[in-house]
This record gives sequence, C-alpha cells and structure tokens, in this order.
Amino acid sequence: MAFLSVPNVKIHGLSVCVPSTVEENNNLKLFQGEDAAKFMASTGVERRRIAGDNVTTSDLCYYAAEKLIADLGWNKEEIDCLIFVTQTPDYILPATSCILQHRLGLSEECYSMDISLGCSGWIYGLSTIGALIQNGNMKKGLLLTGDTVLKSCSVEDKSTWPLFGDAGTCTAIEYHEGDKGFQFHMATDGSGYEAIIIPEGGYRNPYSVNSLKEECIEEDIIRNSLNIALNGMDVFSFGINKAPETIHKLADKFDIDMGKIDYFVFHQANLFMNEKIRKKLKLPVEKVLYSLKDFGNTSSATIPLTMVTQCREALNHNRNRLIACGFGVGLSWGSVYFETDNLIISDLIEV
Amino acid sequence: MEIQNFVQTFAAQFDDTDASVFTPTTKFKELDEWSSLMALSVIAMADETYQVKLKGDDIRQSQTVEDLYNIVKSRL
Repeated sequence: MAFLSVPNVKIHGLSVCVPSTVEENNNLKLFQGEDAAKFMASTGVERRRIAGDNVTTSDLCYYAAEKLIADLGWNKEEIDCLIFVTQTPDYILPATSCILQHRLGLSEECYSMDISLGCSGWIYGLSTIGALIQNGNMKKGLLLTGDTVLKSCSVEDKSTWPLFGDAGTCTAIEYHEGDKGFQFHMATDGSGYEAIIIPEGGYRNPYSVNSLKEECIEEDIIRNSLNIALNGMDVFSFGINKAPETIHKLADKFDIDMGKIDYFVFHQANLFMNEKIRKKLKLPVEKVLYSLKDFGNTSSATIPLTMVTQCREALNHNRNRLIACGFGVGLSWGSVYFETDNLIISDLIEV
Repeated sequence: MEIQNFVQTFAAQFDDTDASVFTPTTKFKELDEWSSLMALSVIAMADETYQVKLKGDDIRQSQTVEDLYNIVKSRL
C-alpha cells in the first residue's frame, strides 16, 4: 500500500513562470464553424501559453526559482536539494537538474535529481523532496515542475494541441520540526502506459528515418511518431475512476475530514473529466479550483499553477487545509493532504 | 439489467437526438450527434449507472447499442 506520511516539513512558497505568448483556441485553423466553441465548452480550455523555440522547461523553472528565492529571502548556499520533474528535459543526458543547480548558483553540496513524470509529477516530486528533508539533515529544497508539452504535440492534432499549455513552477520546501507535514497516497498502473505516449525517439523505438512521417489517425488527428499520442477515452475512463479512489483512500487512511478541506486542487486534465471527478466526490464548486480556461493542461505544473493563479490571496494570508491530486501519464496517480500557513506566493512571471 | 433499460439510459446521454430513435440495433456512431465528447459521456454513464469501466477499444469495436450492452453486461 503506497501510503506515506512525511512529518517535519512544510511548503514555504510557490512561484510560476509561463511564456508570454498566448494562443487563443478560438483562432485555431484546426476548428471549423462551431467546433471551437464546442471544444472550449467541454474541455474548459480557451487559451494557452506557448513557449518559443528557444525556451525550454528548465528556462521557465529557472525564472520561477530565481523569483521565489528572492521573495523568500533565502540564501542560495542553504539550498540542500533540487528536484526537477519534467518529461521535456533540455537533453536526453545529462539530467537537467544538474544544469539548473549550476545556473541557479546553488552550492555543489546540493542533492539534484530529475524525475520523469507528468500529470502526477508534482505529487510524486513533493513526496520525494519531503522524504529527503523530513529528518532534518537537509533543511531547504526546491521542487521544480513543468513541461513544454506543446513542443511534442502535433499542431494538426485536435486531441492534444488545443488542450495543452507550457509552464514551469517552483515549490519551496523547508524542514520544520514538529510540523504535521504531508500525507500521501500514491499509485501506478503501467498496463496503461500507451494511453499517453511519444512512441519513438527513446531507446525502445529509436528515432529513425520514418519517425517524422505524418500519419492521419482519424479526422483532424495528424501526427508523427515523435508527437504525443493521447488515447482520450482510456485516459478519461482511468481518471474518473482513480482520482476519486485515491482521495477516498487518503482520507480513510489518515482520518481526514473532507468537510474541513478549504481547497481541492486537481491536475487540470479537462473540464469534462474534472467535473465528473468533482461530482463523484460530491465536492462543492467553490472548493475545487480551475485554471484550465487561461492555461490549459500544463502537465506537472497544473497544481502549483492553479494555486498561484486561483487562490493566491487566501493562501497568502491564512492557514489552509488542502488536498491535491494528480493523475495521468504512466499511468501514475496520487494525492496529498497538506496544510499551509501564510504562503509566500510570487507574482506570476511571464517571459 | 434489461436491454430496454440500457437503451433508455444510453439515449438519455444525447441532447439533440430523440429517444425514439434508439433501439438495440441503432448504429450509434452514424448519428449526427455522435462525437468524441459523446463517447466520454457513454463511458461516464457506464461508470455511474452500472459501475462498469469501458475503455476506448470497447467503444471503437462496438457498432450497435446492443454491442455495448453486451460488453457492459459481461462486466457486471
């Protein structure tokens, strides 16, 4: 049973960096007539941010981290660990976390590691960095999460292009003796690995002369083997089952009173799926936050992005109880209960 | 579970298609209102009403309402 209780840690601050370029779904050539309006109504995604050719996820995370370190007043020498969660790294090797450690000017005495996860990435990353810091040997850590998903989507694929957006985030975690910390439920089902996949370009199916060959999968879905392929029906079926399940398991295991939760922050998959999940859990609308409309699905950035853009004031000035839940590519999912106290939240950064 | 009930529940997922159109032999993918979003509604219906998990291939391989009924029934 993948339950995990990580005491003596707390989230101290959050920051998010998005590209300044906005792409409106209303103007996409992919849609004819009523299509755009229908798509926006069902997915909830009206516009997304798109990173330029020379901007990577690590760039977005770098700006997010620099800003948050400054806003927290942290001394960079004190940062003991850096976890970078992404599926759009700068290089196949080396690990981008090493590049970020140097670029951010962190000490050589810094534990740095990449984690390859998407939709569930913030939850998994938080459990990893929390576990590293909980015994007090390390005191401060940065969890960087995000993706430039659109770099791997086909512009002619209606099932992915209008849904995804690019973003990078930074979550600052600190050792805090006696604090309740984080409680997790985590899970994996690799039998569904093909539900969201880039089929070629790794080592199972290496890049070849045919990798760039465009294929018409069905109407309005044209892509090559280096693009993300998304099986929407399978992912939907998975999400509406596993997201409610993990939250029930978490609440049961750790005796959490769901009525006392201030905010539920779900991975922003799409409105239709997320609303099914909300209704299955019988959660009130005002407690379930959405950032889909302006940012789309930003992979491992969705949870911090939603917190920063949707309830900044409340998180800045109060104590809050939150449950966050990520579910998707892997298939991988998990949920976390945590409490916040006057979080430091940086202004949204646009580059 | 009776097939008539299933046909009714299936028909109720559609907003613009009259319920009288639906029979066990209806080829649902040929309906004007059929779309990728309708497919998700059907998956959600199976989950909510019958606690049965349908996958993409189940929808792709079904032609008629009865085909889907048989899949759902086999998983009850």
